[in-house]
Amino acid sequence: MNWWSRPAADTQITHGNRLWLYVLSAIIMLLLVAPTLIVVPMSFSDSQYLEFPPSTWSLRWYEEYLGSAKWMRATATSFQVGFLTMLVATPLGVMAAYALFVSRHRATRAIFLLLITPMIVPVILIAIGTFYAYGRVGMNNTIAGLVLAHSALALPIAIIVVTAGLSSYDLSQEQVARSLGATRTKAFFLITLPQIRFSVITAALLSFLTSFDEVIIAIFVSGGANATLTKHMFAALRDYIDPTIAAISTIMVILSSALLLLTQFLGSKGKRN
Amino acid sequence: MTDAPQGTTALPIQIRDLTKRYGSVHALNSVDLDVHSGEFLTLLGPSGSGKTTLLMAIAGFSRPDSGSIRFGEDEVILTPPHKREVGMVFQSYALFPHMNVADNIGFPLKLRGISGAERAARVEEALETVQLSGFGARNIDQLSGGQRQRVALARAFVFGPRILLMDEPLSALDKKLRERMQIELKHLHRKLGVTTVYVTHDQREALTMSDRVAVINDGELIQLDTPEVIYNSPANAFVADFIGESTMLPLTRDDAGALLFRGQVVGDAGTDQGRDWTLVMRPERLFFADAGAETDDQTIVLTGVLREAVFQGESEMALVAIDDDTEVAVRFGTSGRASASGSNAGDQVSIGLDRNDVIIIPDGQAV
Ligand SMILES: Nc1ncnc2c1ncn2[C@@H]1O[C@H](COP(=O)(O)OP(=O)(O)OP(=O)(O)O)[C@@H](O)[C@H]1O
Ligand SMILES: [Mg+2]
Repeated sequence: MNWWSRPAADTQITHGNRLWLYVLSAIIMLLLVAPTLIVVPMSFSDSQYLEFPPSTWSLRWYEEYLGSAKWMRATATSFQVGFLTMLVATPLGVMAAYALFVSRHRATRAIFLLLITPMIVPVILIAIGTFYAYGRVGMNNTIAGLVLAHSALALPIAIIVVTAGLSSYDLSQEQVARSLGATRTKAFFLITLPQIRFSVITAALLSFLTSFDEVIIAIFVSGGANATLTKHMFAALRDYIDPTIAAISTIMVILSSALLLLTQFLGSKGKRN
Repeated sequence: MTDAPQGTTALPIQIRDLTKRYGSVHALNSVDLDVHSGEFLTLLGPSGSGKTTLLMAIAGFSRPDSGSIRFGEDEVILTPPHKREVGMVFQSYALFPHMNVADNIGFPLKLRGISGAERAARVEEALETVQLSGFGARNIDQLSGGQRQRVALARAFVFGPRILLMDEPLSALDKKLRERMQIELKHLHRKLGVTTVYVTHDQREALTMSDRVAVINDGELIQLDTPEVIYNSPANAFVADFIGESTMLPLTRDDAGALLFRGQVVGDAGTDQGRDWTLVMRPERLFFADAGAETDDQTIVLTGVLREAVFQGESEMALVAIDDDTEVAVRFGTSGRASASGSNAGDQVSIGLDRNDVIIIPDGQAV
């Protein structure tokens, strides 16, 4: 029996019958990633302008990026803000998810929805609101301001990821631990946390990425010495276009994809445990 | 009690006026209960009767609305669970899947600062007690249900708790294993000598294992006594119906205080006047009497029509209609000797009940 006529699942449907589905899926996936991937060859161009496909090849735009104090500073800012966002959003997300999981209060559902609103509200609204609020208290263009705003965006993701991790967890383990002599805090750290660690790490990575990739809020509330990489890229695109952007994009795509793959890997590992 | 108890001395539990409400539901309604030092006491009741709520109150996980719980002399109602020194076994076992067997059992010891060789020795001893020597390095997912049960048990007593609580610990096991574990748990209890409160809704399990059984319904303690007394002298219709099988028939009382069932005297109400009385007949205490047998000083005889006889393996169950709307269940062994005396459905039969086996309960309504 060749591949065409073999069943594709526990049904009578063969791979041949499903061919249309495979082709359709491939086209959709291609459409999703092609715009992203198109910058990769452009970044290796020798031309002054964004060009596809490049007529000559070079690494000069990578050198340009790595040699520029301005770009390096923005990169450092992005990493710093991403890292701090991770440190703020992850513990808060774990605490919120845990509280909502443990509590039998009637309002848990409403509180959950409230906590994930930053995911539902258009980011531009959050950006504008934050900008005016920060204007009052002098927090525009500060690292702290950016970290707080990004944490609000990352928190829903952290909560959802950790909630999913907790959903199959048996809370009576914590009760047993407490009857065996552990305080509530100890029971959480010794028994619960180790078992949801993959969700927590995933939440941390996604929090970092949320901040690192974020552009709209950054445009509004970051600036000066504390402008992020994404803000600089946006400004560069508006003012003058050169392939440095393509080089930076390529690096960011690789970094983001690597982190996402890591979360997928951790996710499957967590499920097996 | 041949083996000397190991570990610390057992403690009695004294519960007074314990009440816990969830909204309008009285999960516990003014419960008074004394658990003697070192005894095996079972909380028995139907689903939702408040057994888990009571156990959780003893463990410290649910805070009663009012009342008192004492371990020995100490009031513990405000003591947090981790300071109560109570071993606990859950229905789901709640083993820690990220630790191996030895670390699971060693967990309470670790919390008490016992380390190294001593911890290892005590874990090994506990493993031996539950017949799992050599299983220390296993992961939890490499254990069968019964083995998990034993690990959960070892973890609950390894630190020498003064009280052991178990909430339906055997209900996830199949019947054979459950019956074996019942015996083993009983042995273990004798060996440890620790005050044990055990929860089940399986009346057979309760009768098998317990020194005393506390029957609970709707958050109230209905009867507390030894298995024999609970079975032979149920306090009311609920207990009679819940424990064992029974047929309940209303009695009438004559002016002299004698209790009558269809004109036959079956008991004596004494001077007790204004009550309803019910005759409880256990199917296995009834037997087929010879045709023509009459009620005498020893035996009460009823006649009726055999409706059907059902073979159930170790016994056979016959339903006998003693009148148009009253059926009595009769259970008899399936050895060659006993049988429905060759009767067929529709035949006239006589059934007998020894007067010693008569159970009469006051205020009973047939449930
Ligand atoms: N957290 C809770 N919130 C509201 N009601 C509850 C809660 N826990 C228990 N109850 C109610 O209290 C009553 C007693 O419950 P409990 O769990 O003690 O019963 P149980 O005897 O252990 O039953 P089962 O044999 O089914 O385990 C039930 O009516 C139950 O619905
Ligand atoms: Mg229960």
